[in-house]
Amino acid sequence: MRDVTYLRPKDLQDAVQLSRTTPGCRPLAGGTDLMVMLHARTLRPAPRAILDVWSLSELKGVRRVDGMLEIGAAESYTGIIRSAEAQQHLPALVAAARTIGAAQIQNRGTLGGNLANASPAGDTLPVLLAYDAVVVTDRRSIAIDRFFTGYRHTALQSDELITAVRFPLDRQVVFRKVGTRAAQAISKVVIAVCRQPARVAIGSVAEVPLRASGAEAALASGDVAGAIAAVTADIRPIDDVRSTATYRQAVTQNVLRELLRQ
Amino acid sequence: MVQFTLNGRRVSFEGSGSRRLLDVLREDFRATGTKEGCGEGECGACSVLIDGDVVDSCLVAVGQVEGRDVLTIEGLSSPLQQAFIEHGAAQCGICTPGMLLAAHVLLQRTTRPSADDVREALAGNLCRCTGYTKIIEAVLSCGT
Repeated sequence: MRDVTYLRPKDLQDAVQLSRTTPGCRPLAGGTDLMVMLHARTLRPAPRAILDVWSLSELKGVRRVDGMLEIGAAESYTGIIRSAEAQQHLPALVAAARTIGAAQIQNRGTLGGNLANASPAGDTLPVLLAYDAVVVTDRRSIAIDRFFTGYRHTALQSDELITAVRFPLDRQVVFRKVGTRAAQAISKVVIAVCRQPARVAIGSVAEVPLRASGAEAALASGDVAGAIAAVTADIRPIDDVRSTATYRQAVTQNVLRELLRQ
Repeated sequence: MVQFTLNGRRVSFEGSGSRRLLDVLREDFRATGTKEGCGEGECGACSVLIDGDVVDSCLVAVGQVEGRDVLTIEGLSSPLQQAFIEHGAAQCGICTPGMLLAAHVLLQRTTRPSADDVREALAGNLCRCTGYTKIIEAVLSCGT
């Protein structure tokens, strides 16, 4: 790790330039995933430089842009939890942020990091899917349902920087995470649901956070029982140290039933 | 070079900015009150305050504290410390520095926290000895 070059860009433009011209460069925000992997030397390919975007003012804050709510890619979960705009328009995102780690992680974790790390267990990711969020980068906008391309793989190019995430203002989304304890738990199942339009988004049940297409089709036609029945065919959970596939199937159905009753 | 404030003193560090703040504190500044537990942001033993917010120093690259104010257990002066002694809130001691710093943040922001407030504020700090009860009692005794 001592061989990895540390780069501190002076602004976003500088960061974009450095990202495009530095071979083997990885962006670093709050470090809650990346610093663990850097220290354990488990990142492949091994990075030659880290580009510190944590302090860039362009990547902070919660603001209105083009009739949507935009959250900076390096805004902390604590910043999202405290934002009056986020509390008003994105209560499911605030609820998800409050389940992540504890104070230490909420003070450092970011939406940009959760997206770039692309863990199937990323707690905000089903929420982003249920809101039809838009990932804004230094060069384009990416619809969230096209963002996750495989296990910890994304549509991002190797030198592309996430700058913000945009959300529509009028969605009613509900959220539930099932973990071993309230704090510091990696989710066993994490679900976000929107009734109109019908969105059923689930994490920790496949190699990517996914939209449950069968359940969504049933829900769109007003068939709640059908949605709950269909969801088991939409997901493909595995047995791992946190849970079993059988348990995740049962809990997914139970949580979906509970969320659709609200 | 990284320049920052450590426990009220201006300091500078001449190594790679990608090193963990935890390692720089312990190895370069000999501030060994900050402990390494898990090294992956689960246990909170390495908690320090950056600009008054509690963070895990194993997850911070030292370059990220440029211009910032870092407080470690060596710089803390709080009634919490005596309260932990009087309530038997420390056993092996590995979690204690992080517990004290996280509890300090709570008391800075909430003068009379409830037991649930304390549990939430300390949720990122694991203790394998005390069962937490005496820690929570010690923090509650410092509410005004």
